[in-house]
Amino acid sequence: MAQTTHGVGGLSYDAKKRTWPAEFNVFLALIILVGAFELIGRVFLGDSFLFNTRANVDTIFNEARLQIIILQVSIVGIIAIGVTQVIISGGIDLSSGSIVGATAMIAMSFAQVATVNGNPNPKAMFLAQGWTDLPVIVPVLVAIGCGLLAGLVNGSLIAYTRIPPFIATLGMMVTARGIAKWWSKGQPISFPTESFAAIGKGLMPVIIFISLAILFQLILSYTRYGKHCYAIGSNEDAARMSGINVQNHKILVFVIAGILASLAAVVLSSKNLTAQAGMGVMYELDAIAMAVIGGVSLSGGRGSIIGTVIGALIFGVIISGFTFLRLDAYYQEMVKGVIIIGAVVLDQWRQRLRAMRA
Amino acid sequence: MSDIVLKTENLTKYYGGVHALESANFELRKGEHVAIMGDNGAGKSTFVRQITAVEQRTSGKVWFDGKEVNFAGPIAAREAGIETVFQNLALADDLDVPSNLFLGREKVLFNLGPFSILDRKFMRKATEAALVRTAVKIPNLSNTIRHMSGGQRQCVAIARTATFASKLIIMDEPTAALGVQETMQVENIIRTLKANGEPLILISHNMRQVFDLVDRIVVFRRGRIVANLRKQDTDGNDIVSYITGAKTGEAELAA
Repeated sequence: MAQTTHGVGGLSYDAKKRTWPAEFNVFLALIILVGAFELIGRVFLGDSFLFNTRANVDTIFNEARLQIIILQVSIVGIIAIGVTQVIISGGIDLSSGSIVGATAMIAMSFAQVATVNGNPNPKAMFLAQGWTDLPVIVPVLVAIGCGLLAGLVNGSLIAYTRIPPFIATLGMMVTARGIAKWWSKGQPISFPTESFAAIGKGLMPVIIFISLAILFQLILSYTRYGKHCYAIGSNEDAARMSGINVQNHKILVFVIAGILASLAAVVLSSKNLTAQAGMGVMYELDAIAMAVIGGVSLSGGRGSIIGTVIGALIFGVIISGFTFLRLDAYYQEMVKGVIIIGAVVLDQWRQRLRAMRA
Repeated sequence: MSDIVLKTENLTKYYGGVHALESANFELRKGEHVAIMGDNGAGKSTFVRQITAVEQRTSGKVWFDGKEVNFAGPIAAREAGIETVFQNLALADDLDVPSNLFLGREKVLFNLGPFSILDRKFMRKATEAALVRTAVKIPNLSNTIRHMSGGQRQCVAIARTATFASKLIIMDEPTAALGVQETMQVENIIRTLKANGEPLILISHNMRQVFDLVDRIVVFRRGRIVANLRKQDTDGNDIVSYITGAKTGEAELAA
């Protein structure tokens, strides 16, 4: 007999027969994917994907590969955290990639050194004003300001003019990219201060990504803000009738998404030691894909940051796996597309299955 | 006058050129259960939306709990003590029962503005207490509403009104989409509320249910109140003739 637990009002239920959290399926997919690359590698290349095969290195795993897997998705991952809470609350954000571009340009121009090898910095934007060698907090605050502003515009448009999020953020996507190009008339902005360059050095992007992921997972699970994200994404009318200030909440959601995109811009430009107008192109779609692969429902109300982080890792494994198998980068894009569609189809199936069981 | 919980005077609502509600005069006394009946589009839901301030009335006055009120929105109305179970179930499908009960008025441990930490234990305990008080049966509180039957959802929606010390409960067709047994469950909850002396406005198309549950029946037709009858002074045929317009004119309570 199944072990039952007593519920309210004399009814009982089988506590063991709880539905798996959606994240578990995503994690399983990650393991299967890693296993598949490992198997293909062993069979066709005689090399291991996951484990160390070099005699002169004393580790079990191929640590360099593990680092690359997570490092290459960390920056987009930071954006994906913001995008996740946008999608959970029933919206979508197409502007994050362009916000990265614009913010990187503007922030970097406040992070430049005055002299390079004894000569005046040829790329300095504000050399004449003397705004060079500023403390690192200045470009970071400028970046956060840019992200905040972009998010405020996005959120206000969506909350007050009732433009669908898709259109509002599409407009921001084009506008912010324009700003990125206009800022330095298309010129790259380079030669940051040492302290600014330290932000994206080595494994710093990973540390920043994971810290932000933990922070936002806690916020979504344990705070009123998180609860309202799920409520609004689940049933906006119900949320409004329950007294939630849906407009203000939406603005806050997009402001946070904007700030996270701008933090990604700081890390990215710091890591690359330069800012270019084309930075972050297609990042918005990669971020959305990470969330969707991680089980965040595009219809809102369901998903988690943990899911998105696993989704990001799946992304990283695919890119590294293709490199490992010495396949062309072109295939990566095609496969990415297929996986995104697959994830959405799976989500639909899961919903239908659940509806049938209920 | 002091035992009147809710009173409206010439309550009127126009949607552009559509006169959805005209000069509705309505009273509800302490502990009284009143049914609002009428055809679709007769103005029943419109009437409720004006009282709960989901919409702003075109003109007219509303008294609640002894004071003239002008609620800015549904939140203000709810804070004043008017709890509504909406026709389209104001529940978030992806949240569990305690989250839905406390939606929009979560109990917090630390106040950090929007990022206030939720007191999940307290909300779970209070939810259990509320469900017991209203005799609602839910197997697992941690399940999301999506996984529940229509009856269970409706019960959660009703239990929500009973969780908070409310002075008036309004139910908009609470059993419209329910099966026989589920309907009985909801009706039992309504009887429990009656026994507890909580005033209620029930919008319903179900004649048997209305005669079973309430003290007084108010009939709306084409945006106007056409009848206001004590249960014992009328019968189903009488009410139907008012609803269909076979009988017209405002039938007042005998003295």
